[in-house]
Amino acid sequence: MVFLSYLITGLGLGSVYAIIALGYSMVYGIAKMLNFAHGDIIMVGSYVAFFVLYRFGLSVPVGIILSVLVCTVLGVLVERLAYKPLRQASSLSVLITAIGVSYFLQNGAQLLWSSSQKMFKSVVGDGGISLFGGKLTLSYITLVTILTCILIMIALTLFINHTSTGRAMRACSEDKGAAQLMGINVNTTISITFAIGSALAAIAAVLLCSTYPSITPTLGSMPGIKAFTAAVFGGIGSIPGAFIGGLLLGVIESLAKAYISTQLSDAVVFAVLIVVLLIKPTGLLGKKVSVKV
Amino acid sequence: MLEVKDLNVSYGMIDAVKGINFKIEDGQVVALIGANGAGKTTTMHTISGLLKAKSGSITLDGKDITKVPGNKIVSMGLVQVPEGRRVFTQMTVEENLKLGAYLRKDKEQIEKDFKHVYELFPRLEERKSQLAGTLSGGEQQMLAMGRALMSSPKVLLLDEPSMGLSPLLVKEIFSIIKEINKSGTTVFVVEQNAKMALEIADYAYVMETGKIVLEGTGKELAASEAVQKAYLGG
Repeated sequence: MVFLSYLITGLGLGSVYAIIALGYSMVYGIAKMLNFAHGDIIMVGSYVAFFVLYRFGLSVPVGIILSVLVCTVLGVLVERLAYKPLRQASSLSVLITAIGVSYFLQNGAQLLWSSSQKMFKSVVGDGGISLFGGKLTLSYITLVTILTCILIMIALTLFINHTSTGRAMRACSEDKGAAQLMGINVNTTISITFAIGSALAAIAAVLLCSTYPSITPTLGSMPGIKAFTAAVFGGIGSIPGAFIGGLLLGVIESLAKAYISTQLSDAVVFAVLIVVLLIKPTGLLGKKVSVKV
Repeated sequence: MLEVKDLNVSYGMIDAVKGINFKIEDGQVVALIGANGAGKTTTMHTISGLLKAKSGSITLDGKDITKVPGNKIVSMGLVQVPEGRRVFTQMTVEENLKLGAYLRKDKEQIEKDFKHVYELFPRLEERKSQLAGTLSGGEQQMLAMGRALMSSPKVLLLDEPSMGLSPLLVKEIFSIIKEINKSGTTVFVVEQNAKMALEIADYAYVMETGKIVLEGTGKELAASEAVQKAYLGG
Protein backbone atom coordinates (compact mmCIF):
# COMPACT_ATOMS: atom_id res chain seq x y z
CA MET A 1 0.00 0.00 0.00
CA VAL A 2 2.86 2.32 0.81
CA PHE A 3 4.41 1.41 -2.51
CA LEU A 4 1.16 2.27 -4.29
CA SER A 5 1.08 5.66 -2.63
CA TYR A 6 4.68 6.40 -3.73
CA LEU A 7 3.80 5.20 -7.21
CA ILE A 8 0.84 7.54 -7.47
CA THR A 9 2.84 10.47 -6.09
CA GLY A 10 5.42 9.66 -8.76
CA LEU A 11 2.78 9.60 -11.46
CA GLY A 12 1.58 13.01 -10.29
CA LEU A 13 5.08 14.46 -10.39
CA GLY A 14 5.70 12.66 -13.68
CA SER A 15 2.55 14.20 -15.16
CA VAL A 16 3.95 17.67 -14.53
CA TYR A 17 7.26 16.63 -16.12
CA ALA A 18 5.34 15.17 -19.06
CA ILE A 19 3.39 18.39 -19.66
CA ILE A 20 6.62 20.42 -19.60
CA ALA A 21 8.46 17.82 -21.70
CA LEU A 22 5.76 18.10 -24.39
CA GLY A 23 6.75 21.73 -24.83
CA TYR A 24 10.44 20.88 -25.09
CA SER A 25 9.82 18.04 -27.48
CA MET A 26 7.42 19.84 -29.81
CA VAL A 27 9.72 22.82 -30.12
CA TYR A 28 12.68 20.54 -30.76
CA GLY A 29 10.73 18.53 -33.31
CA ILE A 30 9.71 21.57 -35.33
CA ALA A 31 12.26 24.32 -34.72
CA LYS A 32 15.14 21.82 -34.15
CA MET A 33 16.32 23.75 -31.13
CA LEU A 34 16.53 23.16 -27.39
CA ASN A 35 14.62 25.95 -25.73
CA PHE A 36 16.38 26.09 -22.39
CA ALA A 37 14.22 29.06 -21.41
CA HIS A 38 11.18 26.77 -21.34
CA GLY A 39 11.56 26.17 -17.59
CA ASP A 40 11.56 29.90 -16.96
CA ILE A 41 8.27 30.30 -18.79
CA ILE A 42 6.91 28.01 -16.05
CA MET A 43 8.33 30.37 -13.46
CA VAL A 44 6.61 33.36 -15.06
CA GLY A 45 3.38 31.36 -15.24
CA SER A 46 3.66 30.62 -11.52
CA TYR A 47 4.08 34.29 -10.60
CA VAL A 48 1.17 35.36 -12.81
CA ALA A 49 -1.09 32.71 -11.27
CA PHE A 50 0.11 33.68 -7.78
CA PHE A 51 -0.63 37.38 -8.23
CA VAL A 52 -3.97 36.85 -9.92
CA LEU A 53 -5.17 34.30 -7.35
CA TYR A 54 -3.68 35.43 -4.06
CA ARG A 55 -2.96 39.14 -4.47
CA PHE A 56 -5.94 40.20 -6.59
CA GLY A 57 -8.11 37.39 -5.24
CA LEU A 58 -9.66 36.42 -8.56
CA SER A 59 -11.13 32.97 -9.21
CA VAL A 60 -9.08 29.90 -10.10
CA PRO A 61 -10.22 29.66 -13.76
CA VAL A 62 -9.36 33.35 -14.28
CA GLY A 63 -5.93 32.71 -12.74
CA ILE A 64 -5.25 29.77 -15.01
CA ILE A 65 -6.50 31.54 -18.14
CA LEU A 66 -4.43 34.67 -17.45
CA SER A 67 -1.36 32.61 -16.70
CA VAL A 68 -1.83 30.66 -19.95
CA LEU A 69 -2.32 33.90 -21.90
CA VAL A 70 0.75 35.63 -20.48
CA CYS A 71 2.95 32.56 -21.05
CA THR A 72 1.68 32.07 -24.60
CA VAL A 73 2.42 35.68 -25.51
CA LEU A 74 5.80 35.52 -23.75
CA GLY A 75 6.75 32.27 -25.52
CA VAL A 76 5.85 33.64 -28.95
CA LEU A 77 7.66 36.93 -28.21
CA VAL A 78 10.82 35.14 -27.08
CA GLU A 79 10.79 33.10 -30.29
CA ARG A 80 10.21 36.14 -32.51
CA LEU A 81 12.78 38.38 -30.83
CA ALA A 82 15.51 35.96 -29.76
CA TYR A 83 15.35 32.81 -31.89
CA LYS A 84 13.84 33.83 -35.23
CA PRO A 85 16.76 36.10 -36.21
CA LEU A 86 18.99 33.03 -35.72
CA ARG A 87 17.07 30.71 -38.05
CA GLN A 88 20.12 30.34 -40.31
CA ALA A 89 22.71 30.43 -37.52
CA SER A 90 24.51 27.43 -36.08
CA SER A 91 22.66 25.43 -33.46
CA LEU A 92 25.30 26.39 -30.90
CA SER A 93 24.42 30.09 -31.24
CA VAL A 94 20.74 29.27 -30.76
CA LEU A 95 21.52 27.13 -27.71
CA ILE A 96 23.56 29.87 -26.09
CA THR A 97 20.84 32.40 -26.87
CA ALA A 98 18.29 30.14 -25.18
CA ILE A 99 20.47 29.97 -22.07
CA GLY A 100 20.76 33.76 -22.23
CA VAL A 101 16.97 34.13 -22.42
CA SER A 102 16.70 31.82 -19.43
CA TYR A 103 18.97 34.05 -17.31
CA PHE A 104 17.23 37.15 -18.62
CA LEU A 105 13.85 35.87 -17.46
CA GLN A 106 15.20 34.74 -14.07
CA ASN A 107 16.90 38.05 -13.39
CA GLY A 108 13.95 39.98 -14.72
CA ALA A 109 11.71 38.15 -12.27
CA GLN A 110 14.14 38.88 -9.45
CA LEU A 111 14.07 42.57 -10.33
CA LEU A 112 10.29 42.72 -10.58
CA TRP A 113 9.24 40.44 -7.75
CA SER A 114 12.40 40.13 -5.56
CA SER A 115 14.12 36.87 -4.79
CA SER A 116 12.24 36.18 -1.55
CA GLN A 117 9.95 33.23 -1.88
CA LYS A 118 6.18 33.51 -2.15
CA MET A 119 3.84 30.79 -0.97
CA PHE A 120 1.30 29.37 -3.40
CA LYS A 121 -1.83 27.59 -2.19
CA SER A 122 -3.16 24.55 -4.00
CA VAL A 123 -5.86 25.49 -6.50
CA VAL A 124 -7.96 22.47 -5.52
CA GLY A 125 -7.50 22.62 -1.75
CA ASP A 126 -5.35 20.41 0.43
CA GLY A 127 -7.70 17.47 0.97
CA GLY A 128 -7.71 14.07 -0.63
CA ILE A 129 -9.58 10.86 -1.07
CA SER A 130 -9.12 8.14 1.46
CA LEU A 131 -9.13 4.58 0.12
CA PHE A 132 -8.90 1.11 1.71
CA GLY A 133 -10.10 2.35 5.09
CA GLY A 134 -7.57 5.17 5.25
CA LYS A 135 -4.57 3.07 4.27
CA LEU A 136 -4.15 4.97 1.02
CA THR A 137 -4.72 8.71 0.68
CA LEU A 138 -4.72 10.35 -2.71
CA SER A 139 -4.49 14.11 -2.64
CA TYR A 140 -6.86 15.99 -4.94
CA ILE A 141 -4.01 17.82 -6.61
CA THR A 142 -2.25 14.57 -7.56
CA LEU A 143 -5.44 13.24 -9.11
CA VAL A 144 -6.15 16.51 -10.91
CA THR A 145 -2.57 16.62 -12.20
CA ILE A 146 -2.67 13.08 -13.60
CA LEU A 147 -6.09 13.67 -15.18
CA THR A 148 -5.00 16.97 -16.72
CA CYS A 149 -1.91 15.34 -18.19
CA ILE A 150 -3.96 12.54 -19.76
CA LEU A 151 -6.46 15.03 -21.19
CA ILE A 152 -3.66 17.20 -22.64
CA MET A 153 -2.03 14.14 -24.15
CA ILE A 154 -5.25 13.03 -25.86
CA ALA A 155 -6.10 16.53 -27.08
CA LEU A 156 -2.60 17.13 -28.42
CA THR A 157 -2.45 13.77 -30.21
CA LEU A 158 -5.80 14.45 -31.89
CA PHE A 159 -4.68 17.95 -32.83
CA ILE A 160 -1.36 16.83 -34.32
CA ASN A 161 -2.78 13.87 -36.22
CA HIS A 162 -6.14 15.10 -37.41
CA THR A 163 -6.06 18.82 -38.07
CA SER A 164 -4.62 20.75 -40.96
CA THR A 165 -2.42 22.80 -38.61
CA GLY A 166 -1.21 19.60 -36.98
CA ARG A 167 -0.28 18.17 -40.38
CA ALA A 168 1.53 21.41 -41.21
CA MET A 169 3.51 21.07 -37.98
CA ARG A 170 4.53 17.51 -38.82
CA ALA A 171 5.44 18.61 -42.35
CA CYS A 172 7.68 21.40 -40.99
CA SER A 173 9.26 18.97 -38.59
CA GLU A 174 10.27 16.69 -41.45
CA ASP A 175 11.20 19.06 -44.28
CA LYS A 176 10.76 22.83 -44.03
CA GLY A 177 11.54 23.48 -47.70
CA ALA A 178 8.99 20.96 -48.91
CA ALA A 179 6.47 22.31 -46.38
CA GLN A 180 6.93 25.76 -47.86
CA LEU A 181 6.27 24.36 -51.32
CA MET A 182 2.87 23.23 -50.01
CA GLY A 183 2.10 26.83 -49.09
CA ILE A 184 2.76 26.32 -45.38
CA ASN A 185 4.11 29.41 -43.63
CA VAL A 186 7.01 27.92 -41.68
CA ASN A 187 7.43 30.94 -39.37
CA THR A 188 3.77 30.92 -38.40
CA THR A 189 3.95 27.18 -37.74
CA ILE A 190 6.96 27.65 -35.47
CA SER A 191 5.11 30.43 -33.62
CA ILE A 192 2.11 28.15 -33.11
CA THR A 193 4.42 25.49 -31.71
CA PHE A 194 5.93 27.92 -29.22
CA ALA A 195 2.45 29.16 -28.30
CA ILE A 196 1.24 25.63 -27.54
CA GLY A 197 4.39 24.72 -25.62
CA SER A 198 4.21 27.88 -23.52
CA ALA A 199 0.49 27.48 -22.81
CA LEU A 200 1.26 23.97 -21.55
CA ALA A 201 4.06 25.41 -19.42
CA ALA A 202 1.53 27.71 -17.72
CA ILE A 203 -0.73 24.78 -16.91
CA ALA A 204 2.28 22.87 -15.60
CA ALA A 205 3.14 25.92 -13.48
CA VAL A 206 -0.22 25.97 -11.72
CA LEU A 207 -0.10 22.21 -11.09
CA LEU A 208 3.53 22.28 -9.95
CA CYS A 209 3.01 25.15 -7.49
CA SER A 210 -0.11 23.50 -6.13
CA THR A 211 2.10 20.58 -5.10
CA TYR A 212 5.34 22.44 -4.33
CA PRO A 213 4.13 25.83 -3.11
CA SER A 214 7.34 27.84 -2.88
CA ILE A 215 7.72 30.36 -5.73
CA THR A 216 11.12 31.89 -6.49
CA PRO A 217 12.67 33.34 -9.68
CA THR A 218 14.66 30.13 -10.21
CA LEU A 219 11.81 27.71 -9.60
CA GLY A 220 11.64 26.73 -13.27
CA SER A 221 15.19 25.52 -13.75
CA MET A 222 15.05 22.15 -11.97
CA PRO A 223 11.67 21.02 -13.37
CA GLY A 224 12.85 22.40 -16.72
CA ILE A 225 15.98 20.26 -16.69
CA LYS A 226 14.04 17.22 -15.44
CA ALA A 227 11.45 17.67 -18.18
CA PHE A 228 14.20 18.05 -20.76
CA THR A 229 15.65 14.80 -19.43
CA ALA A 230 12.19 13.24 -19.71
CA ALA A 231 11.93 14.40 -23.32
CA VAL A 232 15.33 12.91 -24.16
CA PHE A 233 14.48 9.77 -22.18
CA GLY A 234 11.31 9.21 -24.21
CA GLY A 235 12.92 10.23 -27.50
CA ILE A 236 13.05 13.96 -28.17
CA GLY A 237 10.69 15.14 -30.89
CA SER A 238 8.19 12.40 -30.09
CA ILE A 239 4.95 13.37 -28.33
CA PRO A 240 4.12 9.96 -26.84
CA GLY A 241 7.81 9.77 -25.94
CA ALA A 242 7.59 12.96 -23.88
CA PHE A 243 4.50 11.60 -22.14
CA ILE A 244 6.03 8.23 -21.26
CA GLY A 245 9.42 9.77 -20.47
CA GLY A 246 7.81 12.26 -18.08
CA LEU A 247 5.74 9.68 -16.25
CA LEU A 248 8.64 7.23 -15.93
CA LEU A 249 10.95 9.94 -14.68
CA GLY A 250 8.46 11.02 -12.03
CA VAL A 251 7.93 7.44 -10.85
CA ILE A 252 11.65 6.68 -10.76
CA GLU A 253 12.30 9.87 -8.81
CA SER A 254 9.51 9.19 -6.32
CA LEU A 255 10.55 5.57 -5.76
CA ALA A 256 14.21 6.53 -5.46
CA LYS A 257 13.29 9.10 -2.82
CA ALA A 258 11.29 6.52 -0.91
CA TYR A 259 13.53 3.48 -1.12
CA ILE A 260 17.06 4.70 -1.84
CA SER A 261 17.75 8.18 -0.56
CA THR A 262 16.10 11.59 -0.75
CA GLN A 263 19.42 13.28 -1.46
CA LEU A 264 20.42 10.81 -4.15
CA SER A 265 17.08 10.67 -5.96
CA ASP A 266 18.21 13.05 -8.71
CA ALA A 267 21.42 11.09 -9.17
CA VAL A 268 19.37 7.92 -9.62
CA VAL A 269 17.16 9.66 -12.19
CA PHE A 270 20.11 10.81 -14.26
CA ALA A 271 21.87 7.46 -13.90
CA VAL A 272 18.80 5.77 -15.40
CA LEU A 273 18.85 8.31 -18.22
CA ILE A 274 22.49 7.53 -18.97
CA VAL A 275 21.80 3.80 -19.04
CA VAL A 276 18.81 4.24 -21.37
CA LEU A 277 20.82 6.43 -23.72
CA LEU A 278 23.69 3.92 -23.73
CA ILE A 279 21.33 1.16 -24.80
CA LYS A 280 19.06 3.22 -27.05
CA PRO A 281 20.69 6.52 -28.01
CA THR A 282 17.50 7.92 -29.57
CA GLY A 283 15.49 7.46 -26.34
CA LEU A 284 12.65 5.03 -25.72
CA LEU A 285 10.37 6.03 -28.61
CA GLY A 286 12.82 8.10 -30.63
CA LYS A 287 13.21 7.49 -34.32
CA LYS A 288 16.50 6.78 -35.92
CA VAL A 289 17.75 9.96 -37.48
CA SER A 290 19.72 9.64 -40.66
CA VAL A 291 21.85 12.65 -41.38
CA LYS A 292 22.15 13.66 -45.01
CA VAL A 293 25.56 14.89 -46.02
CA MET B 1 2.17 32.87 -68.94
CA LEU B 2 5.38 32.66 -66.98
CA GLU B 3 8.16 34.98 -68.03
CA VAL B 4 11.70 35.22 -66.71
CA LYS B 5 13.70 38.34 -67.58
CA ASP B 6 17.42 39.00 -67.01
CA LEU B 7 17.40 36.73 -63.98
CA ASN B 8 20.57 36.65 -61.88
CA VAL B 9 20.92 34.42 -58.84
CA SER B 10 24.00 33.96 -56.72
CA TYR B 11 25.14 32.01 -53.70
CA GLY B 12 27.36 34.48 -51.89
CA MET B 13 30.19 35.25 -54.31
CA ILE B 14 29.28 32.57 -56.80
CA ASP B 15 26.92 33.48 -59.63
CA ALA B 16 24.80 30.44 -60.39
CA VAL B 17 22.39 32.01 -62.86
CA LYS B 18 23.71 34.78 -65.10
CA GLY B 19 21.07 36.87 -66.80
CA ILE B 20 18.73 34.32 -68.32
CA ASN B 21 15.53 35.02 -70.29
CA PHE B 22 12.75 32.62 -71.17
CA LYS B 23 9.01 32.32 -71.57
CA ILE B 24 6.46 29.61 -70.92
CA GLU B 25 3.14 30.06 -72.73
CA ASP B 26 -0.10 28.74 -71.24
CA GLY B 27 -0.75 25.10 -72.01
CA GLN B 28 2.80 24.36 -73.13
CA VAL B 29 5.31 21.85 -71.93
CA VAL B 30 8.64 23.66 -71.68
CA ALA B 31 11.87 21.89 -70.81
CA LEU B 32 15.09 23.27 -69.42
CA ILE B 33 17.92 20.84 -70.02
CA GLY B 34 21.59 20.93 -69.20
CA ALA B 35 24.34 19.18 -67.30
CA ASN B 36 24.65 18.89 -63.56
CA GLY B 37 25.59 22.27 -62.07
CA ALA B 38 24.32 24.34 -65.00
CA GLY B 39 21.95 26.28 -62.73
CA LYS B 40 18.68 24.54 -63.61
CA THR B 41 17.53 23.79 -60.08
CA THR B 42 18.61 27.25 -58.93
CA THR B 43 16.42 28.74 -61.65
CA MET B 44 13.49 26.61 -60.55
CA HIS B 45 13.93 27.39 -56.86
CA THR B 46 14.05 31.09 -57.64
CA ILE B 47 10.78 30.86 -59.58
CA SER B 48 9.20 28.99 -56.64
CA GLY B 49 10.39 31.62 -54.20
CA LEU B 50 12.71 29.33 -52.24
CA LEU B 51 15.71 31.39 -53.37
CA LYS B 52 15.97 35.15 -53.80
CA ALA B 53 16.91 36.64 -57.14
CA LYS B 54 19.86 39.02 -57.17
CA SER B 55 18.32 40.94 -60.04
CA GLY B 56 15.84 40.48 -62.86
CA SER B 57 12.17 39.65 -62.78
CA ILE B 58 9.78 36.73 -62.85
CA THR B 59 6.19 37.39 -63.87
CA LEU B 60 3.23 35.03 -63.73
CA ASP B 61 0.22 36.16 -65.80
CA GLY B 62 1.56 39.70 -65.75
CA LYS B 63 2.06 39.77 -61.96
CA ASP B 64 5.57 40.26 -60.65
CA ILE B 65 6.31 37.32 -58.36
CA THR B 66 10.05 37.89 -58.00
CA LYS B 67 9.81 38.84 -54.34
CA VAL B 68 6.80 36.75 -53.33
CA PRO B 69 7.81 34.20 -50.66
CA GLY B 70 7.57 30.51 -51.51
CA ASN B 71 4.54 29.74 -49.39
CA LYS B 72 2.47 32.46 -51.10
CA ILE B 73 3.34 31.46 -54.66
CA VAL B 74 1.37 28.23 -54.34
CA SER B 75 -1.86 30.16 -53.94
CA MET B 76 -1.06 32.06 -57.15
CA GLY B 77 -1.23 28.82 -59.10
CA LEU B 78 2.40 27.80 -59.37
CA VAL B 79 3.68 24.70 -57.65
CA GLN B 80 6.94 22.80 -57.69
CA VAL B 81 7.64 19.09 -57.50
CA PRO B 82 11.11 19.22 -55.95
CA GLU B 83 14.15 17.25 -56.95
CA GLY B 84 14.45 14.04 -54.95
CA ARG B 85 10.62 14.11 -54.48
CA ARG B 86 10.78 15.17 -50.82
CA VAL B 87 7.54 13.50 -49.82
CA PHE B 88 6.77 13.53 -46.10
CA THR B 89 7.99 10.05 -45.29
CA GLN B 90 6.49 9.88 -41.79
CA MET B 91 3.01 10.61 -43.09
CA THR B 92 0.58 8.49 -45.03
CA VAL B 93 0.03 8.89 -48.77
CA GLU B 94 -3.36 10.42 -48.09
CA GLU B 95 -1.94 12.92 -45.59
CA ASN B 96 0.70 13.94 -48.13
CA LEU B 97 -2.02 14.62 -50.67
CA LYS B 98 -4.06 16.57 -48.11
CA LEU B 99 -1.00 18.74 -47.46
CA GLY B 100 -0.89 19.50 -51.16
CA ALA B 101 -4.31 21.11 -50.75
CA TYR B 102 -3.22 22.89 -47.55
CA LEU B 103 -4.18 26.39 -48.69
CA ARG B 104 -7.49 25.44 -50.31
CA LYS B 105 -10.88 25.77 -48.68
CA ASP B 106 -13.12 24.48 -51.51
CA LYS B 107 -13.93 21.08 -50.03
CA GLU B 108 -16.00 19.75 -52.93
CA GLN B 109 -13.39 20.62 -55.51
CA ILE B 110 -10.69 19.08 -53.29
CA GLU B 111 -12.67 15.83 -53.23
CA LYS B 112 -12.81 15.90 -57.03
CA ASP B 113 -9.09 16.52 -57.25
CA PHE B 114 -8.47 13.57 -54.92
CA LYS B 115 -10.39 11.40 -57.38
CA HIS B 116 -8.51 12.90 -60.31
CA VAL B 117 -5.13 12.21 -58.68
CA TYR B 118 -6.14 8.65 -57.82
CA GLU B 119 -7.23 8.15 -61.46
CA LEU B 120 -3.88 9.40 -62.71
CA PHE B 121 -2.00 7.30 -60.16
CA PRO B 122 -4.09 4.24 -59.23
CA ARG B 123 -1.18 2.92 -57.19
CA LEU B 124 -1.47 5.83 -54.80
CA GLU B 125 -5.06 4.92 -54.03
CA GLU B 126 -4.05 1.33 -53.30
CA ARG B 127 -1.46 2.64 -50.85
CA LYS B 128 -3.27 5.62 -49.43
CA SER B 129 -2.93 4.62 -45.77
CA GLN B 130 0.69 3.50 -46.14
CA LEU B 131 3.52 5.72 -44.87
CA ALA B 132 5.10 7.57 -47.78
CA GLY B 133 8.56 6.46 -46.64
CA THR B 134 7.65 2.86 -47.44
CA LEU B 135 6.90 3.61 -51.12
CA SER B 136 9.29 2.80 -53.95
CA GLY B 137 11.12 5.61 -55.75
CA GLY B 138 8.67 5.62 -58.64
CA GLU B 139 5.70 5.67 -56.31
CA GLN B 140 7.24 8.52 -54.34
CA GLN B 141 7.65 10.48 -57.58
CA MET B 142 3.98 9.85 -58.34
CA LEU B 143 3.06 10.96 -54.83
CA ALA B 144 5.12 14.13 -55.14
CA MET B 145 3.37 14.91 -58.43
CA GLY B 146 -0.06 14.04 -57.04
CA ARG B 147 0.62 16.21 -53.99
CA ALA B 148 1.52 19.14 -56.24
CA LEU B 149 -1.62 18.63 -58.35
CA MET B 150 -3.73 18.80 -55.17
CA SER B 151 -2.96 22.52 -55.04
CA SER B 152 -4.83 22.79 -58.35
CA PRO B 153 -1.99 24.60 -60.14
CA LYS B 154 -2.00 26.51 -63.41
CA VAL B 155 1.72 25.91 -63.78
CA LEU B 156 3.44 22.73 -62.62
CA LEU B 157 7.22 22.84 -62.13
CA LEU B 158 9.02 19.50 -62.16
CA ASP B 159 12.63 19.23 -61.03
CA GLU B 160 14.38 16.11 -62.35
CA PRO B 161 11.32 13.83 -62.32
CA SER B 162 13.35 10.98 -63.84
CA MET B 163 16.07 11.00 -61.20
CA GLY B 164 16.91 7.53 -59.90
CA LEU B 165 14.13 5.76 -61.78
CA SER B 166 14.32 2.77 -64.10
CA PRO B 167 13.89 3.51 -67.85
CA LEU B 168 10.47 1.89 -67.80
CA LEU B 169 9.29 4.04 -64.92
CA VAL B 170 10.76 7.16 -66.54
CA LYS B 171 8.59 6.44 -69.59
CA GLU B 172 5.54 6.02 -67.40
CA ILE B 173 6.21 9.24 -65.48
CA PHE B 174 6.71 11.22 -68.67
CA SER B 175 3.54 9.89 -70.26
CA ILE B 176 1.67 10.99 -67.12
CA ILE B 177 3.29 14.43 -67.38
CA LYS B 178 1.97 14.63 -70.93
CA GLU B 179 -1.47 13.61 -69.67
CA ILE B 180 -1.41 16.27 -66.93
CA ASN B 181 -0.52 18.83 -69.58
CA LYS B 182 -3.39 17.70 -71.84
CA SER B 183 -5.87 18.35 -69.05
CA GLY B 184 -4.83 22.02 -69.15
CA THR B 185 -1.87 22.45 -66.79
CA THR B 186 1.19 24.26 -68.08
CA VAL B 187 4.34 22.24 -67.39
CA PHE B 188 7.90 23.41 -66.89
CA VAL B 189 10.34 20.54 -66.53
CA VAL B 190 14.01 20.65 -65.61
CA GLU B 191 15.88 17.54 -66.67
CA GLN B 192 19.27 15.97 -67.14
CA ASN B 193 17.56 13.24 -69.11
CA ALA B 194 17.44 15.41 -72.23
CA LYS B 195 16.02 12.72 -74.50
CA MET B 196 12.82 12.22 -72.53
CA ALA B 197 12.38 15.92 -71.83
CA LEU B 198 12.78 16.94 -75.47
CA GLU B 199 10.35 14.23 -76.56
CA ILE B 200 7.46 15.80 -74.67
CA ALA B 201 8.51 19.47 -74.81
CA ASP B 202 6.78 21.99 -77.06
CA TYR B 203 9.71 24.29 -76.51
CA ALA B 204 13.03 23.83 -74.75
CA TYR B 205 16.04 25.72 -73.50
CA VAL B 206 19.58 24.46 -72.99
CA MET B 207 21.48 25.83 -70.03
CA GLU B 208 25.25 25.81 -69.53
CA THR B 209 27.13 27.34 -66.58
CA GLY B 210 24.36 29.75 -65.66
CA LYS B 211 23.42 30.87 -69.16
CA ILE B 212 20.91 29.79 -71.77
CA VAL B 213 22.97 28.79 -74.79
CA LEU B 214 20.38 27.29 -77.10
CA GLU B 215 16.63 27.23 -77.56
CA GLY B 216 14.05 25.84 -79.92
CA THR B 217 11.15 23.42 -80.19
CA GLY B 218 11.67 20.02 -78.67
CA LYS B 219 12.06 18.48 -82.11
CA GLU B 220 14.53 21.08 -83.32
CA LEU B 221 16.75 20.65 -80.34
CA ALA B 222 16.58 16.87 -80.44
CA ALA B 223 17.79 17.08 -84.04
CA SER B 224 20.47 19.69 -83.35
CA GLU B 225 24.01 18.47 -83.65
CA ALA B 226 25.26 20.39 -80.62
CA VAL B 227 22.57 18.97 -78.36
CA GLN B 228 23.07 15.47 -79.71
CA LYS B 229 26.78 15.64 -79.01
CA ALA B 230 26.52 17.14 -75.56
CA TYR B 231 23.38 15.61 -74.12
CA LEU B 232 22.06 12.77 -76.20
CA GLY B 233 25.20 10.72 -76.44
CA GLY B 234 25.08 10.92 -80.26
